[in-house]
Amino acid sequence: MKDLRAIAVFVVLVGLIPFFTNSGVTLNFVMTALYACLLSQAWNVLGGFGGQFSFGHALFFGTGAYAQAIAQMQWGVNPWLALPLAMAFSAAVGGFVGAASFRYGLKGSYFALVTLACAEVFRIVAVTVPFTGAGVGLMLPLQESAANMQFGSRAGFVWLMLGLVTLALLVTSWLKHSRFGAYLQAVRDNEDAARAVGVNPLRVKLAATVISAALMGAGGAFYVQVFQYIDPGIAFGAHTSVEALVGAIVGGLGTLWGPVLGAICLHILADLTRNLFGALPGINMVIYGCVLIFIVMLLPRGIAGLGRYNPLRRKAAAATTTGEPRA
Amino acid sequence: MSIPLLQIAGISKSFGGLRAVHKVSLSVPPGSLTALIGPNGAGKTTLFALMSGFIRPDAGQVLLDGQDITGQAPDRNAVLGLTRTFQIVQPFAAQTVRENIAVGAHLHLPQRAAALHYADGIARQVGLEAQLDKLASDLTVAGRKRVEMARALATRPRLLLLDEVLAGLNPQEIAEMIPVVQGVANSGVTVLMIEHVMQAVMSLAQHVWVLAQGQLIAEGNPHAVTSNPAVVEAYLGHGTAERLRKAAAQAASQGASA
Repeated sequence: MKDLRAIAVFVVLVGLIPFFTNSGVTLNFVMTALYACLLSQAWNVLGGFGGQFSFGHALFFGTGAYAQAIAQMQWGVNPWLALPLAMAFSAAVGGFVGAASFRYGLKGSYFALVTLACAEVFRIVAVTVPFTGAGVGLMLPLQESAANMQFGSRAGFVWLMLGLVTLALLVTSWLKHSRFGAYLQAVRDNEDAARAVGVNPLRVKLAATVISAALMGAGGAFYVQVFQYIDPGIAFGAHTSVEALVGAIVGGLGTLWGPVLGAICLHILADLTRNLFGALPGINMVIYGCVLIFIVMLLPRGIAGLGRYNPLRRKAAAATTTGEPRA
Repeated sequence: MSIPLLQIAGISKSFGGLRAVHKVSLSVPPGSLTALIGPNGAGKTTLFALMSGFIRPDAGQVLLDGQDITGQAPDRNAVLGLTRTFQIVQPFAAQTVRENIAVGAHLHLPQRAAALHYADGIARQVGLEAQLDKLASDLTVAGRKRVEMARALATRPRLLLLDEVLAGLNPQEIAEMIPVVQGVANSGVTVLMIEHVMQAVMSLAQHVWVLAQGQLIAEGNPHAVTSNPAVVEAYLGHGTAERLRKAAAQAASQGASA
């Protein structure tokens, strides 16, 4: 299949980068760019394919991050086992939030607000309860070894992240070519019409939330492994939610490569502005806001949608449609 | 006499103080092509929504092939072979015609390739084969009505509820659509349609129910129903049947005296 071939090429190209450079700056850039890709891809499953715009995906990110840290520090679980565990925890939270919202027919801005509120609730709980380290947060003890998922060089993290991004790409490609994906997009485009032909919208949206949450949780777990620190603000703050949704919207909703493109472009942009404007804190959020407005106004299909404006394709399309529908 | 494919008994639904549907009973025999007619606001579409499970009735029963499906979710009903189209077309606008139809086909075909392939055949059946790769949002109203029907047909229904598939079409489009509906019925699908276009009702339906202000006021074959005074009054206003009869009698007597 075309998509699988493209994914393979992407994996090989990115996977080879660490063999050509030892530069910490470059590898760090690649790693954080891939990390941004994963967040946007996770959001794209529910927001892009499912049409359910979450403003609180940090909820799942933070759950994954805390689960990863707590599993290691308090339960003594190996980080490689903690990773799927963290994804499972995030998925469970996703299932709960999804069931609670979709069961009562919350859509559009109401769903967005509920996710936003849930993330905030979790943040406040994380500040208060002891097992999350309360406001101080959790610091993962430094024990550098591959078995401990704490790599000596950035290359290890690049490959780990590449693995997670590949997983997200495969999931997205499956959405494009499966019955579940078709049902999910049908529910996004018209819920009543989908119900009339036998689609159970509740089940479909719930499953999408669980998948999206699990991928987001992997992002959180990865964050903890790299930075070895998590606190309630990082875990459940709005920053991560915004990063995830802006990357997907800018890149192109409901597409395979859109979130990847969007996240990478934004990442480059954020890096450039950080260099240009020095230490203005939060300048990248300002940039995100401006880019989002620009994209929504001018490119509603995102960067990936640019291909559709290819004049040659337009001409070809016009040629095949000269005859009005025979209806 | 075989049991009816669809039977509704004493079904009622009110929205606040408005009795949209009141104690309606009817039964649709298997293999038939029947129609539900009535003036605007009579409750026809509400009745469809009650039958297909989009709205739960306040009272009464819906039986599909003898099985009680009252208030059962529409997606469950689709699995049992009951599906509907919408008067205001509801395409998956961002998807191609083929993808639209495939969503219906997926009910019985889990494989994506199989569903997309099945969609081709259905498109041929309703005359959409030239539009398969177009976005549903790029079609004309007539095209979208066909997509509605094709998507429903792809679920391999036993009973198809067609809600005004001819509304908004021009005379030529109507003339082209009538054989399509007939073809669906001939292929063994039981069809119950809501229709305003009397030309179509007269040429297609074997049996007609007339709904006015939420109640059934007449039923029978199309010709009998259209000459029924109660039906004429429901459509054209109180006293119209009387006036029409007088006018006809007058015309006849003038014709005789001339």
